[in-house]
Amino acid sequence: MKQLAIVSGKGGTGKTTLSSSFGALLSPVVLADCDVDAANLNLMFNGKLEEKYDYYGGKKAIIDQDKCDKCGICKKVCRFEAINFENNIYEVDPYACEGCNACVIACPQNAISLETALSGEYYYSVIDEQKEIVHANLNPGEETSGGLVAEVRKLALKKAEEKGKDIVLIDGAPGIGCPATSSITATNYVIIVTEPTSSGLHDLKRIVETVRHFRREFGVVINKYDLNPDVSKQIENYCLSDNIEILGKIPFDELVEKSNLEMKPIVLYENSIAGKAIKEIFEKVMEKLK
Amino acid sequence: MKITILSGKGGTGKTTVSTNLAYTLSKKYKVQLLDTDVEEPNDHLFFNVNVEKEESVDILLPVVDNDACIRCGECAKACQFGAITSFPNATVVFKNLCHGCGACSMVCPVNAITEVPKSIGKIVLGKINDNLKFGMGLLNIGEPSGVRIIRQLKKHIDENVDVVLIDSQPGTSCPVVESLRNIDFAILVTEPTTFGLHDLSLAVDLVKEMEIPAGIVINRDTGNTNLIDEYAKKENIPILLKIPFDRKIAKLYSEGKIFSEYLPEWEEKFANVFDTIKGMVK
Ligand code: SF4
Ligand code: SF4
Ligand code: SF4
Ligand code: SF4
Repeated sequence: MKQLAIVSGKGGTGKTTLSSSFGALLSPVVLADCDVDAANLNLMFNGKLEEKYDYYGGKKAIIDQDKCDKCGICKKVCRFEAINFENNIYEVDPYACEGCNACVIACPQNAISLETALSGEYYYSVIDEQKEIVHANLNPGEETSGGLVAEVRKLALKKAEEKGKDIVLIDGAPGIGCPATSSITATNYVIIVTEPTSSGLHDLKRIVETVRHFRREFGVVINKYDLNPDVSKQIENYCLSDNIEILGKIPFDELVEKSNLEMKPIVLYENSIAGKAIKEIFEKVMEKLK
Repeated sequence: MKITILSGKGGTGKTTVSTNLAYTLSKKYKVQLLDTDVEEPNDHLFFNVNVEKEESVDILLPVVDNDACIRCGECAKACQFGAITSFPNATVVFKNLCHGCGACSMVCPVNAITEVPKSIGKIVLGKINDNLKFGMGLLNIGEPSGVRIIRQLKKHIDENVDVVLIDSQPGTSCPVVESLRNIDFAILVTEPTTFGLHDLSLAVDLVKEMEIPAGIVINRDTGNTNLIDEYAKKENIPILLKIPFDRKIAKLYSEGKIFSEYLPEWEEKFANVFDTIKGMVK
């Protein structure tokens, strides 16, 4: 079983354009949408919901006001500024609480306990006989969601094993924090998508460092490369000097806008120049996974 | 007035809106721009920042004196993150899992645990011009979460400026909530597509839950914004501005330039956005 991840240092670089296209080209495949903060790959494929699971993330502290004698010790020990003293009561701010247990241990009245909190859901949907997708929804304001990403990947792997599919395609979480790194651990190959803006180059360097930190094999795709040839050149030079393989360059294509509106992967548009470039990149990546 | 700029998802133009607002408002007001997109801060690339100060953001990591440790396992029991384990011959801390909460040292019966600071990122503070102060946070590679960095950066909010603009991280998770705490208004940046609407609705859920008044900026408007217009009307959120899908604007952005500096008709439009916001807050 091979796991292929598509990531970008930041959202909006065209990662979904690439992952939905790869999803369309791969068959059979299990897709794992790890962008749990704003999952949208399933919107492209319109899979039929088959299974739904609750996700319990971290725990949250709760203060029993009947037991509390307002000594204020909990507020002092909490290093996450999650306990407020307002209107003469001590209260936990569930958004800030990391469920670390320190206040529970410290409270002399045993007034605090940790309770598990429902943080989101994840789903298994079937697109067609050859394709399935695992996706998720994190409740707004929940802890950075590496745990949920791990659940999505676990379920995708399980489904792939059950159905005898040899490839799992991971649409990674953007950024370089916990969800992003949970998207790339133990993958066989990582595709980094970037775009030619000066911030794009800055973000690319951070994600390259991150992928290297986790010792994954990877290559770079420059999306909309002709929108700014100068910056594209800078990106290419950076890759060259840093020994990074460029898997391909995707031209700016107005059809992409249309494909986003119609929610159909761009490779399915016969005349798309972007689609053509993506197919070539796809062939190259498949060689690497062999 | 403190305003946070967010978007359900990255790439919708949060940086564009933040930098253009900061630039145009600083002509008339004292402004502070804080980039709390600590995983990938970009705002500084659009300005010439005069860096005045850097500070490290530290968490406290436990260190076990294994000669003193009696391997009772109390620390591991207390830790909610599986970051400390007592083996028969040593007690070990897994640094990347540790949140630095201090629970383990609180419970250790023989005081075998001490704590040492470890840097998880930094804060950079400076000035762009006399009217525009700047600050940003930067998370170290390999660190899981930037919430602490945002919290420390927000301690540098200057109460004497007229406007504080906070460019948040994309998404709607913890770090975004941290960027939204104790602010007066939220600007939600979106694109007029189905994806855009989907991500926007997540951001709207969040600001509603936090009871923060909000307005919408539509970016990359190609002429048809019905989808967003209708949604905004239904949710009773005003649309503050529409920025067209325009190669000129995209190109200026890609070169790291602030477009309203080159297309001056936009200065007034951004100024109007601020006036609308002023009318909506209290
Ligand atoms: S430590 Fe316990 S008793 Fe003291 S204020 Fe906190 S909850 Fe109340
Ligand atoms: S569990 Fe930890 S983070 Fe939550 S309130 Fe208690 S001490 Fe603070
Ligand atoms: S400081 Fe907190 S997170 Fe770190 S090992 Fe101790 S109990 Fe666990
Ligand atoms: S609580 Fe203290 S003595 Fe017990 S295992 Fe942990 S470090 Fe060792």
